[in-house]
Amino acid sequence: MSAPNSPNDPQKQPTAADQKAPEVFYSGTPTQTPWLQYARNQRLVTFALRTITYTIVFAVGAIIFDVVAKGLPAINADFLLAMPSHSGAAGGILPAIVGTINLVLIAIAMALPLGVLSAVYLKEYAPKNSLTSTIQLSILTLAGVPSILFGLFGLAFFVLQLGFGTSVLAGGLTLACMILPTIIVASVEALDAVPIAFREASQALGATKWQSIWTNVLPYAMPGILTGTILSIGRAAGETAPILLTAVAFFLPILPRGLFDQVMALPYHLYVLATQHPDTAAVGPMQYGTAFVLLLIVLGFNLVALALRHCFRKQYKW
Amino acid sequence: MATPSFPNNVPALNSSNQPIWCLQPQFTDKLIGWILKITALTSILIVALIFFYIGSEAAPFLSDNHMGLEGLLTGKWNPASSVDKQYGLLPLVNGSLLVTIIAGLVAVPVSLAAATYIAEIAGPTENSILKPIIELLAGIPSVVIGFFGLMVLAPAVKAVFGLPSGLNALSAGLLLALMAMPTMISISEDALRSVPNAFREASVALGASKIETIFFVVLPAGLPGITAAMLLGLGRVIGETMAVLMVTGNAPILTLSPLESVRTMTATVAAEMGEVPFGSEHYHALFCVGVTLLFATFLLNMSAQAILRRFQTH
Repeated sequence: MSAPNSPNDPQKQPTAADQKAPEVFYSGTPTQTPWLQYARNQRLVTFALRTITYTIVFAVGAIIFDVVAKGLPAINADFLLAMPSHSGAAGGILPAIVGTINLVLIAIAMALPLGVLSAVYLKEYAPKNSLTSTIQLSILTLAGVPSILFGLFGLAFFVLQLGFGTSVLAGGLTLACMILPTIIVASVEALDAVPIAFREASQALGATKWQSIWTNVLPYAMPGILTGTILSIGRAAGETAPILLTAVAFFLPILPRGLFDQVMALPYHLYVLATQHPDTAAVGPMQYGTAFVLLLIVLGFNLVALALRHCFRKQYKW
Repeated sequence: MATPSFPNNVPALNSSNQPIWCLQPQFTDKLIGWILKITALTSILIVALIFFYIGSEAAPFLSDNHMGLEGLLTGKWNPASSVDKQYGLLPLVNGSLLVTIIAGLVAVPVSLAAATYIAEIAGPTENSILKPIIELLAGIPSVVIGFFGLMVLAPAVKAVFGLPSGLNALSAGLLLALMAMPTMISISEDALRSVPNAFREASVALGASKIETIFFVVLPAGLPGITAAMLLGLGRVIGETMAVLMVTGNAPILTLSPLESVRTMTATVAAEMGEVPFGSEHYHALFCVGVTLLFATFLLNMSAQAILRRFQTH
């Protein structure tokens, strides 16, 4: 049986299919172009990719270095522990620190139990049905809502509809809505990492579902949940847009005394000093000092979370 | 003959000294199941409340107003004017899109390169330094990044292009690119890592170099995940508020030039909502901006999630 399309046949003109034949080896490789010649150069491409990656590292370093180098000299006990004066151009930032702590505490107190319990439901109880996928869809949606829209929602719902007014409570609840998806996702991942055998062993010994979750699953998921929580504390402390419309005051040199008081907050204080303050010369060190304290708090939480994750990863192996 | 001793004091399951019905573990178990279910429903509730309250505060502008939808689609954004108040969204949408496009043009290739480097080229030691730094970048508050832009980047842009002010769409775009990178890099990296090793081995076995394998095998295979990563990153860019509020210059004009000051939707809401009387025309107009923003980010996120879900498994 002769092969009519064989390239060895001298009678036959080469067809298009014959010319493409050698390229079959590289099914993903298109025709040779100068660009691709460069793209195949191993060292050149590696160098380019490495340069780009380290440019990002450099940018991160530049931001942190700029804030630390100019902010550190402004830090002293007076700056941290005194009330601000001259609408922020002098004095300290104590009310802003206290305000941020209050906002974060309220947010965590609301979001942590809700988030962890939701995660336990989704991972351990939820059947595969349309309700579960709706819950998952709404968590994804919530994670994608821009922070300023949480602020708008908090304004319309907590501040006006529920009548909380511009207050630390309204701001904290708004932040809670914002960090809820982060906590849920982190907790689901932590629960996922606990082997299924832990549940089976416990239930085989006669424990009910909740007993086995409480005694044999949650303790081992705790490090992961904790890491996610600490990360979201950092995020909540640094966010400005959600509290801009719901909680903060421009200049308020007293400490908050109740849930319905307005507060100052570090990120908003930095924003105001950087953009709204007329006396730019006097306010310069105050800006960098505030930025430094904010960065220290937020990155401090991030580093603690990273360290925890590192430790627990070593501790538990199964 | 020793028989295995069997404990004969095992309590019977239905013994009479059981706790009362509401303290039995089986009952507690059911009760807790219901409590968990209800807490899980709060996510749905919050999303519903967000859509409802932003929508219902925007609706009055469209219904009983002399400008309505037409007012939103034509004209300038000039709510402070005493003679001719205008609430045209186009300049704001223009500003958001311009800044997002600039950020995307910078962030997408850079993130792709970085993700490729981290996932395919760098070793574990190098990654143990690179990845925490990327995570650190994700952790820096946007107001600090905006502050850095105001103090360092904007003067640099001003000097390089010889402009009267460095507060323009380019500065904002560059900052936002930086802020989008952690999302884009980490999700793209996951996508690249989820490409089965057999693909790489097959490619190398056929004589391709490592770089050829990356370009012609790994990247095409990871493309859906990478696309989703880029969409999620852009969703973050378009919703970012504080950095753009600080460095765009906040001029609501229609322009395509990256060196002009622009004003984004997010910055408008953040800057003006504090000063409007609740329930006024301007107040409702700002909620209309919010609705536009909500739909834009919702669409971006949902398409990203749809892509991720469709191509999750190889």
